[in-house]
Amino acid sequence: MALVLEQLLNGVQFGVMLFLLAAGLTLIFGVMGVINLAHGSLYMVGAYAAAFVAQRTGSFLLAVPAGLAAAAIAGVIVELVVVRRLYARDHLDQVLATFGLILFFNQLMVLIFGRQPMFVQIPPALSGAVDLGLFSYPVYRLCIIGVGLGTAGALFWFIQRTRIGMLVRAGATHRDMVQALGIDIRVLMTFVFGLGALLAGLAGLMAGPLLSVQVGMGEQILILTFVVVVIGGLGSVAGAFTGALLVGVVDTSLRAFLPAILRGMMNGSEADALAAGISAMGVYLLMALVLLIWPKGLFPSHA
Amino acid sequence: MHERRTFRSLLPLAALCLLAVLPFAAQALGQPALTTLATRMLILGLAASGLNIALGMGGLVSFGHAAFYGIGAYSVGILTTHAVAGAPFLGFIPGSEQLVVTLLASLLASGIVAAIIGALALRTSGVQFIMITLAFAQMLFFLFVALKAYGGDDGLSMRRRNAFAGLNMRDDATFYYTCLSVLLVWLAISARLLHSRFGLLLGGIRQSERRMQAIGVQTVRLRWLAFVISGMGTGLAGALMANLGRFVSPDMMHWTQSGELLIMVVLGGAGTVFGPVIGAVALIGLESLLASWTEHWQIILGPSLVLLALTFRGGLARLGKREGR
Repeated sequence: MALVLEQLLNGVQFGVMLFLLAAGLTLIFGVMGVINLAHGSLYMVGAYAAAFVAQRTGSFLLAVPAGLAAAAIAGVIVELVVVRRLYARDHLDQVLATFGLILFFNQLMVLIFGRQPMFVQIPPALSGAVDLGLFSYPVYRLCIIGVGLGTAGALFWFIQRTRIGMLVRAGATHRDMVQALGIDIRVLMTFVFGLGALLAGLAGLMAGPLLSVQVGMGEQILILTFVVVVIGGLGSVAGAFTGALLVGVVDTSLRAFLPAILRGMMNGSEADALAAGISAMGVYLLMALVLLIWPKGLFPSHA
Repeated sequence: MHERRTFRSLLPLAALCLLAVLPFAAQALGQPALTTLATRMLILGLAASGLNIALGMGGLVSFGHAAFYGIGAYSVGILTTHAVAGAPFLGFIPGSEQLVVTLLASLLASGIVAAIIGALALRTSGVQFIMITLAFAQMLFFLFVALKAYGGDDGLSMRRRNAFAGLNMRDDATFYYTCLSVLLVWLAISARLLHSRFGLLLGGIRQSERRMQAIGVQTVRLRWLAFVISGMGTGLAGALMANLGRFVSPDMMHWTQSGELLIMVVLGGAGTVFGPVIGAVALIGLESLLASWTEHWQIILGPSLVLLALTFRGGLARLGKREGR
């Protein structure tokens, strides 16, 4: 029972990380109609910047703004230079251009930081474990869950309750009308893209102490993020939230429990290999099933 | 205008002559590795040309064609392994080291997989179609990573290339000509398809699916058929690639491979007969050239692709052609 709850928490922790990426991706798609494969690169930029500052200064408090700023600035530059020209293009051109951006960012990180992965210590203040009655759980992971849920709440408030959020929603459905009201839609789009990059950077800098910071980390999570966004329904932040938790929990539980289940049926090493394969396939299977039943995802937004 | 047209019609002939003498030229220049590089270009040209049937003719943006490429390659790898071990695959399919048999098997296997994926994926469209094809390719990628019986992560090595009609396939030039012949046959078939009733109907569906439905065309079935044929072409290329390097690994199914195939088709010209092959030659040529300059070649290739997507319309095959599509 304790094990199940612990894995569930791990799943939620992974889920909120996915949500931070998926929220940006789905907003960018919803408002601008752009598939941004380079979203994982912004996550990587945030992780590298934070890891670099943390290693140099030894302070995680300084690393946080560094990671956020680096990702947001990179995002705004990408929007101004490349993505802005992709709004009116078909999805194929968007896939190609942002695929090129991935190659560029990966190699840029190799040039600046080298091929060796960087490791970041969990900040001492967050390094212990907290007793939750049935089991004890790392403080740092709890913090990620807290920050993730807090950010999700703030994002919902921002989109549903503020004036800029209203414009973002309006821009997604009635772009021309918003423009006719005297709003510069291009500034709004740059803002949304920057916001998405900021969230990706937040996920990246929080992932640093859990994973190693290395080139290619962006693509691994990018594909899962796309799975989340497509399951949730493109353009829907609520869908991204549901999809992220679903994918996080399903992926984590398969990895945690499947080997034990299969080992009851066959010998050890074969069971482990098969379990690893099935768990890796699991979320894609989930996505295929969801799309076959609801071709537009769980929370389909406007046409 | 007239001179231009004769020039254009002579181009394929000139290219064919060049391709025919390439291994000799490579030998004479003292660069035998050039033949292997050219073989890779031809094989990936075949893979891209396969994708082109779905992408260029059917308007289906598949981000998962690496799956068929890998299935074709694994068909060869698995049959060859079983032929060497002497034990039938799945207990009843005998292994084989004959190229004709393994190529047919790869066509069959990739065709079946494409039929299943296509039937499911075509229920969606747009971005969802791009992503669901990617998801199926990822599933197969992880399946083969997990298949320890066939090498898992490490892949499968083959002792020698498959045999074909008493030719010495170990010789790189012989293998080059084999690949060239397969490619030419495939291009002839796809040229026929492009101008057939099937190809014209697909063009109609691409422009307006609703109108075609209104005049009684079963649009989903035609698209599915295009997807299956397309998967078979790419699978055939995978089978040849497995023979070229005598090696198969899950990396052939990696999603970046799907991305590269898309780039080749768009770079060369989607919906044209020779475009995808030109795109493959251009992309691999550019990659090898940049790689010989600097190990950080992707920092140049990346922005080039961005520039390509932003400015370049229609592909290399349409350069100099006045009339549009």
